[in-house]
Amino acid sequence: MANAEKQDRGQLRVDVEECKGCGLCVEACPPKVIALGERLNHYGYRTAAYKGTGCTGCGICFMACPEPGAITVLRVVNRVREVQAVSVGASECASS
Amino acid sequence: MSSEMVAEYEVSHGKAKAFYERYERKDELQHQTHFCPGCGHGQTHKMLAKAIDELGIQDRTILVGPVGCGVFTYYYYDVGNISAAHGRATAVATGVKRSRPESIVIDYQGDGDLAAIGSAEILHAANRGEHITVIFVNNAIYSMTGGQLAPTTLLGQKTATSPEGRSAANEGYPLHVCELLATLEAPVYIERVSLGDNKQIMQAARAIKKAMENQVRGLGFSLIEVLSPCPTLFKMTPVEAQHWVRDVMEKTFPLGVFRDRTKEAQPRALPDAAPALDRIPQILGVASEDLPEGNPAVHDETGADLNLAVRVAGFGGQGVLLLGEVLAEAGLDAGLEVSWLPSYGPEMRSGTSNCHVRLSRRVIDSPMVTNPNVLVAMNEPALRKFVKSVPAGGWILYNGEEFPADCEQPGVQVLARPFTEIADALGNARAGNMVMMGALLEMTGVLRDVNIDAALKRLVKNPRWTELNRRAIERGRELMRESRL
Repeated sequence: MANAEKQDRGQLRVDVEECKGCGLCVEACPPKVIALGERLNHYGYRTAAYKGTGCTGCGICFMACPEPGAITVLRVVNRVREVQAVSVGASECASS
Repeated sequence: MSSEMVAEYEVSHGKAKAFYERYERKDELQHQTHFCPGCGHGQTHKMLAKAIDELGIQDRTILVGPVGCGVFTYYYYDVGNISAAHGRATAVATGVKRSRPESIVIDYQGDGDLAAIGSAEILHAANRGEHITVIFVNNAIYSMTGGQLAPTTLLGQKTATSPEGRSAANEGYPLHVCELLATLEAPVYIERVSLGDNKQIMQAARAIKKAMENQVRGLGFSLIEVLSPCPTLFKMTPVEAQHWVRDVMEKTFPLGVFRDRTKEAQPRALPDAAPALDRIPQILGVASEDLPEGNPAVHDETGADLNLAVRVAGFGGQGVLLLGEVLAEAGLDAGLEVSWLPSYGPEMRSGTSNCHVRLSRRVIDSPMVTNPNVLVAMNEPALRKFVKSVPAGGWILYNGEEFPADCEQPGVQVLARPFTEIADALGNARAGNMVMMGALLEMTGVLRDVNIDAALKRLVKNPRWTELNRRAIERGRELMRESRL
């Protein structure tokens, strides 16, 4: 539980070969966690880059971006997972 | 064993499935669109693709693309695609929707395409209440061609063709398509949205989805106008262009819903599917024994590959078009590939008239006959007009006593006879065309009399001509045989 709270609600991936560096996502992002990067890509565009933290997963940058797949937004899903108290190897031995 | 909350990430906003994985365009650029950075077409494309995904209609969507910057829809959308002539996307969409009523037909057009050259098409499609969804991307300028003034250009806006800015006195006022169409009875949904900021972008996506839903529900005509930035021709950065759309363009083109009859509109039941092919003769009232059968044994003395390209030319009223039509119909009866293309002036009589006929065993690429291997010239002007187009090895059938010496060409064979007088002697001068056709048939040897009879039966309804036509054709065959002796 504590682990999940530390996580950002969202994550952002930018395809630097598809991004044309128009900057609309930078303008659109409500928490302002996108900036144009320093490096030029293969086509000479200074492409969008996620600052690394603070994404809320709202998806506005995706809608503002004119390229179909330049931005992918991910959102957190908390799953309950059964975790073995003992080591995996030991439990396998025990169940067999 | 215990349980624990684990944070995992799932894609919530990613590339729509309605887009191809890679685009079949220029080698190096198959992973990105052709749009300039910051182009509103890109955003609109994504909204449309998202709506297609969400409504689950990808396998029955047909997208009709425009001429303009949006022309390459077929590179991007993994749906049925048609590219229409400039401005005619609405007309094409009408035809597609009517012939495939179960499909979802999207008409995607820009302002130069829809509001200028296509203004008549959109007006009448809207007035008829065609069951299509129109996405109208308005960026107030002709972009693909380099930034000329569009009907939607704002007053005072500088373009390549209004360097001092649009003036009402010279170029008129910006055309308001939504307001114009909202005066009509038939449209079900008309809304103008914009790409000026986040809120507007989200509203635009909702509107586009609603317009698509309307069609899925069978409600009728929907149009969404999207005010869209063109950073390149506005000569602004993408962000400046976006703000300009919101702060300036919207003053001329106010956003909002101009028509919403989605609540009261009655969903249309799907029209009947097109009848099965074998029912068509019955519907047309044609007995099945009259239908041509694919005839594998086409009469062909040489056995060579057949490519007959005939130009028939003369005055209107001489039966020029009918001769061509009979030839083509007879070819059809013989199981050949045929084409018949008439070409005539506005006069119904006494003007010049000509037609192109092709008969082939292979698929015909073009119905145009530029270099006929048979020229049927029904008078001297027609002969002089087309004589040079006949290549060596070709034939000229000329309706005249004597073939003009200056029209002779090396390698071109000629049969010159007074066909009209010959027909007159047979009973009616108007059968001159049939005498000429008889000569043509004898010369080419590709069609049987049974094929010609079938064609005449279909094309010449009046039985009093049947006998004369038969005699005329036979006389023509004789003339050709005699000339070869």
